[in-house]
Amino acid sequence: MEAGETGTRTYLGVPLYRPRVAFFEFSSCEGCQLQILNNESTLLDFLSLVDVVNFREAMTGGSDDYEIAFVEGSITRDDEVKRLKKIRKKAKTLVALGSCACFGGVNQLKNRFKDINKAKKEVYGRHPIDSEPVRTLEDIVKVDLKIYGCPVKKEEVEKIALHIAIGKSIVFPKYPVCMECKRNENICLFELGEPCLGPVTRAGCDSWCPNSRAGCWGCRGPADEPNMEQMKKIMEEYGFSEETIMDRLECFGGFSSLMGKGNTK
Amino acid sequence: MKKTCNVNIKPLTRVEGHGNIRIKIKNGKLQEAKWEVVETPRFFEAILKGKKWDNAPWITGRICGICSIGHTLASIRAVENAFGIVPDEQTRKLRILLKHMETLQSHTLHLCFLVLPDFMNTGSVFPLIKTHGDVVLRAAKIKKLANDVCDCIGGRRMHPTRTVVGGFTMLPDKEELSGFSDRLKDITLDLMLVAELVKGFSLPDFSRETEFVSLKGVDDYPFIGGDMVSSDGVRMREEEYKKMTNEYMTDQSTSKWCRLSRDSFAVGALARLNNNFEFLHPAAKEMAEGFGLIPVNHNPFMNNIAQLVECIHVVKESIGLIDELLDSEFKESRQEVKAKRGIGVAAVEVPRGILYHSYEFDDNGKIVKCDCVIPTGQNHANIQHDLEGIAEEYAAQGKNDRELELLAAMLVRAYDPCISCSVH
Repeated sequence: MEAGETGTRTYLGVPLYRPRVAFFEFSSCEGCQLQILNNESTLLDFLSLVDVVNFREAMTGGSDDYEIAFVEGSITRDDEVKRLKKIRKKAKTLVALGSCACFGGVNQLKNRFKDINKAKKEVYGRHPIDSEPVRTLEDIVKVDLKIYGCPVKKEEVEKIALHIAIGKSIVFPKYPVCMECKRNENICLFELGEPCLGPVTRAGCDSWCPNSRAGCWGCRGPADEPNMEQMKKIMEEYGFSEETIMDRLECFGGFSSLMGKGNTK
Repeated sequence: MKKTCNVNIKPLTRVEGHGNIRIKIKNGKLQEAKWEVVETPRFFEAILKGKKWDNAPWITGRICGICSIGHTLASIRAVENAFGIVPDEQTRKLRILLKHMETLQSHTLHLCFLVLPDFMNTGSVFPLIKTHGDVVLRAAKIKKLANDVCDCIGGRRMHPTRTVVGGFTMLPDKEELSGFSDRLKDITLDLMLVAELVKGFSLPDFSRETEFVSLKGVDDYPFIGGDMVSSDGVRMREEEYKKMTNEYMTDQSTSKWCRLSRDSFAVGALARLNNNFEFLHPAAKEMAEGFGLIPVNHNPFMNNIAQLVECIHVVKESIGLIDELLDSEFKESRQEVKAKRGIGVAAVEVPRGILYHSYEFDDNGKIVKCDCVIPTGQNHANIQHDLEGIAEEYAAQGKNDRELELLAAMLVRAYDPCISCSVH
């Protein structure tokens, strides 16, 4: 089936539309795009759902005619701002792919340096280097949809692509990772002596890290109405320092607007 | 015959990250050949300053989406070296197995998804799904197996969850692990079929005498820790990594560049193979010889072949490792960690070459200084010199723009550059 054509393929009797999609990346590890190629058993199914017309990491001769742009990475330089605005103009739907695009990701930890020149000096010494404080895609352009996670979960991306293709609405869990973790019958990380942001982080990852007995670092950002006060109280009860809680809350940038809340000290 | 060429690739595709190639040839004379790295820096070394030690592997793993396992393991080793922690046999074996599967995953991605289209005259692997479905499915099968093992041991194929300072948060399920043994044996045949296909391609015949840097094995092909060597005869200890890399800034790149005995050196599969040929598994050695890949080989395009040879090596070694793990009683997965003041350096061979992480800690285990030297960062200067060499050689022969463009792109691609990693 050709791109952009409603043809014989159907889903539940509804003709399938195969949208033209493009992948772009800004400051990032490009891991979220790679996740698309990384689930080999469903890769071909995914590629039958969408028509990939631009994907620099994987193809030469990309097209500028696309409907959906999946954009990975955060914005840290002026040329990135210009490129992002151009993508926004061309795309009907712009999707922020992963935590760097949604919240700044680990890159935004650079913003802890109030004076960016100090960060530059630490890495490059006196050599001049062009870099600005980290911004999210939404700081620059309108974002239609955000897919959270560091990295994104392939199953979630595929489900979203399917929903776009069949015109079904996209709903993210409002509840926290803790719920999924309980459902997976994991031993609570607090009982294992590990700090965990599961009680306040948005679910949808199927408690990916806690399933491996690693505490949650909040890469998907806050759930709806997160109880920050209670989370900090639990962490303190289990003997975790303010610094440990802070390390996790600030790691991916999703909690930046809530950082001041629930301070017990 | 056309003796004036203008090549302007901006940005290069089918590589990780953003780099540009510019070549100008006038009347058969090379005017300019430039490899530019324009990737935005992310400042990982600054980000970690003041952070506690346990942040290091978790955050630096995010330097790279392709070799996040390698970064995580290098980071862990640097922290462990600083704190005087020596991993036990079980942890050591699990880490090597995990790393081997990342190598297999990464090399397969590079060879079959990024390089293959050049030899099959397409822009990407996507059209090959229709025309060469068996080839694509075979590559997907190999990659899937590698990734499945990474999930099983590391908790996740990308940005692993179970790998921590002191060991693992939890151990793999033995039954699941034993299931990989047969799949690995099966995949050996698939790799042979990939090799048959690759044998039909003619690699560009270009050689330039190069210094190759890698770890040096003592009893086996090296992956985690040990001395570094160069094919020019330099040998140094892990802690001396700065003298082995000599990083410097250049205006044409946001990544730092490196040098050793000459203006540039190369790291990666070809460097490892050139320096450690005697330690290859017999089956891998046989494959190398079948391709005429005998050390010291100075053709950068042979890095593709060296990757294929390493795929066989890691698969064979992994089968043995799984047997050893299954035969042993699983012990405690994790050692206790006591932070202390000090400096720790790690040298780890990741898919694209030797990677160094170094941290200095204060009494509380907080990072005072962080330094990461990335394989592709070490290769940039060599890519530049190769690009000049190949452009010079072909300038006189009269190539058209399209031919030279493809050749230049293929040259850089052969290094399997991870550009955003190199800038980090």
